[in-house]
Amino acid sequence: MTTNALSFEPVRVEREVETISRPSLSYWQDAWLRLKANTRAIVSLYLVIGLLLFTVFGPWLWQVDSSAQDLDQISAPPGAERAVTVVDEYRPWQGATATPVAGAGGELQAPASLSVAGDATTRAVRLQWSAAPDAGGYRIYRSIFDTAPDGALGLPLGDVLDPTTVSFEDRLDLQPLTYHYSVVTLDDRGREATGYTSVPVEVTRVITAAQAHAKGLIDSADVVRPGDVLKLQMHPLGTDYLGRDMLARLMHGARVSLFIGIVAPFAFVLVGIFYGSVAGFMGGRVDQLLMRFADFVVALPFLLFMILFRILFNVQPGDNSILPMMVAMVVLSWPAVARLVRGQILQIREEGYIGASRLLGAKTNYLVLRHMIPNTMGVILVTLTFAVPSAIFTEAFLSFIGMGVAPPTPSWGSMCNEGLKTMLTTPHELIFPAAFISITVLAFNLLGDGLRDALDARMRATE
Amino acid sequence: MLMYTLKRLLQGVVTVWFIATATFFAMHAVPGNPLTNEKAVSPKIWAELQKRYGLDKPLLEQYGLYIKNMASGDFGVSYTQQNRQVNDIITEHFKVSATLGILAVVFAAFGGILWGALTAMYRNRAPDIVIVFLVILGISVPGFVFAAFGQLSLVKVNDWLGFTLFPVAGWGTVQHMIVPSMVLGLGTMAFLTRLMRSSMLEIVNSDFVRTARSKGLPMTRIFRKHELRNAILPVITVLGPSIAAITTGGFVVELVFAIPGLGRYFVQAVQQLDYTVIMGTTVFYGAFLVFMVIAVDLLYGMVDPRVRLE
Repeated sequence: MTTNALSFEPVRVEREVETISRPSLSYWQDAWLRLKANTRAIVSLYLVIGLLLFTVFGPWLWQVDSSAQDLDQISAPPGAERAVTVVDEYRPWQGATATPVAGAGGELQAPASLSVAGDATTRAVRLQWSAAPDAGGYRIYRSIFDTAPDGALGLPLGDVLDPTTVSFEDRLDLQPLTYHYSVVTLDDRGREATGYTSVPVEVTRVITAAQAHAKGLIDSADVVRPGDVLKLQMHPLGTDYLGRDMLARLMHGARVSLFIGIVAPFAFVLVGIFYGSVAGFMGGRVDQLLMRFADFVVALPFLLFMILFRILFNVQPGDNSILPMMVAMVVLSWPAVARLVRGQILQIREEGYIGASRLLGAKTNYLVLRHMIPNTMGVILVTLTFAVPSAIFTEAFLSFIGMGVAPPTPSWGSMCNEGLKTMLTTPHELIFPAAFISITVLAFNLLGDGLRDALDARMRATE
Repeated sequence: MLMYTLKRLLQGVVTVWFIATATFFAMHAVPGNPLTNEKAVSPKIWAELQKRYGLDKPLLEQYGLYIKNMASGDFGVSYTQQNRQVNDIITEHFKVSATLGILAVVFAAFGGILWGALTAMYRNRAPDIVIVFLVILGISVPGFVFAAFGQLSLVKVNDWLGFTLFPVAGWGTVQHMIVPSMVLGLGTMAFLTRLMRSSMLEIVNSDFVRTARSKGLPMTRIFRKHELRNAILPVITVLGPSIAAITTGGFVVELVFAIPGLGRYFVQAVQQLDYTVIMGTTVFYGAFLVFMVIAVDLLYGMVDPRVRLE
């Protein structure tokens, strides 16, 4: 190798060997990008936002009183017929009479014929039948099912204990359905004969002009004549067993369910962060003692403490116990979060930047608040998202067994509980609140999955 | 191993003692006592009642008696049911709850392992997508909705068949047990399926499975001996907490299917504020769960030789 003057030229300093082509991303920007790439999580995020909007603004847009009863439409499914016919004022009915027939002895027979007198309306169904020989009276039954297959006659409406009367007027809680009326002959001691005569009756919904005015279906200036058809108030999702609007109840129920589902986890996560960071930072004996206590709290039975707080807050049976419910959740649910935060703090405590910060004279409070807690934020956020569904489940479960939200306050859980009783005849009363619970829980679960993948490299699921 | 077992058992006893103490003092911190619910009685009868239930003694003496009785396995007498021992209530109704719970856990564990392994084998193909969808559904739908729909579908099935294949409610025969335990285990099964799937996916791509495959071992053998055995471990870990989830979820299933289990009794006692029954069942449940978790941890040490118990 030859050496010449060139060899002693200073090497030209190459500037900008490495350039950062894009601005560097902070932890949260990176997480947001990752989350955006996850379609399921983003859809769930929109769902959660939609549910919150539904809860907050819904009652403003749909201004129907959630406790007002619409007695014309009880347990109406969504999209039910809303037509109602105007009729004259109610006039009492004299009924029908017949001279008792003397029979040839032997077994009592059911009336030979049974028919409806006049129109069958939700105001009254008037039945009349032919006199049965030797009858001492009659008993009238009503069923919403066909009596033919198994001879189950349904609800006994009343007895007619005068053999000359062969009519009955039913005014008991009539709905626009097809009813099956049956008449059974009684002997002079009031014992039932074996046979029965049955007739299906289709009931039409009616209203008087005065009632229509009172309900605001028509203006006071409007004139309606009997036979006109009006439209009843609309219930987009139907009504429940007391005729209350399901949509309004779902919206108000969402306020209760989501309030508990979001506020309670927030509160116990805060407690958990505080407890866990104290334990993690102090370390040693204090840490041991604090965590042993947390282990005990985990083992405490939730339901028992729920009862105790109900008594402490002086909640009478039949009152709402939203506050005791939330207190019980906070008092018993923090240990899981505390344990998680403690683990994180123990790791972070040993990191170089903590030592550097301490060398620069940082105080303990500053270290914890500025360095440790922000660095555990990802894990905490994920825990919070997964805590929401379980809190919503807890509320629903407690309301379901009658220890949570009491009527008339709606919550999704209590609505499910009420809907369960009429599951066979009007399934929409169960399906809607159950669907809302499921969708909310699903959205928070998927969002939690997405957040976990985006925020925490260690917890990333192998999908 | 023996030391570890003893240590864990001791810890368990301390935990149960803590539960008992906490419930006792929490109960007595509440103003009044259970007998204040009774109608107006003369002071003499009141004093007699207090004496009968031991409520006239100082609090610490009551506590000492309570712990002493509990240590000898005596939970006292029910307040609302005359002369009925809490012990009798527990022994009579816990059998039912335990049968239901064990069936549910077995159902959930087998189902979860099977479905989880299936999804991992058919990753991103039709069976995987369908099962993962069902799993998400299972995690998101509340237990009482499952119970209600389970019962509803039973009605329909029996109606369609024309005879009673599975009774809709009640308890007694094997047919009574099947549907409620399936409903009870469903949520846990969904959770276990998810866990099994991710654990299985990890195992399928591991070195020892690749080695086994390159040795030319038959697929079924690899599946049974290499993949399944290793993938099952995380499922066993969460089995302890799962049993806890299933026993608490049992309340609802017992209510809906009218099963005379302890859970239903507990909810009833809660509604009637029957303090001795509430405390007895709580401590009993607490002890059951604590020792269940310990048993599962010990089992885990036996199944996985990598885990050192100390």
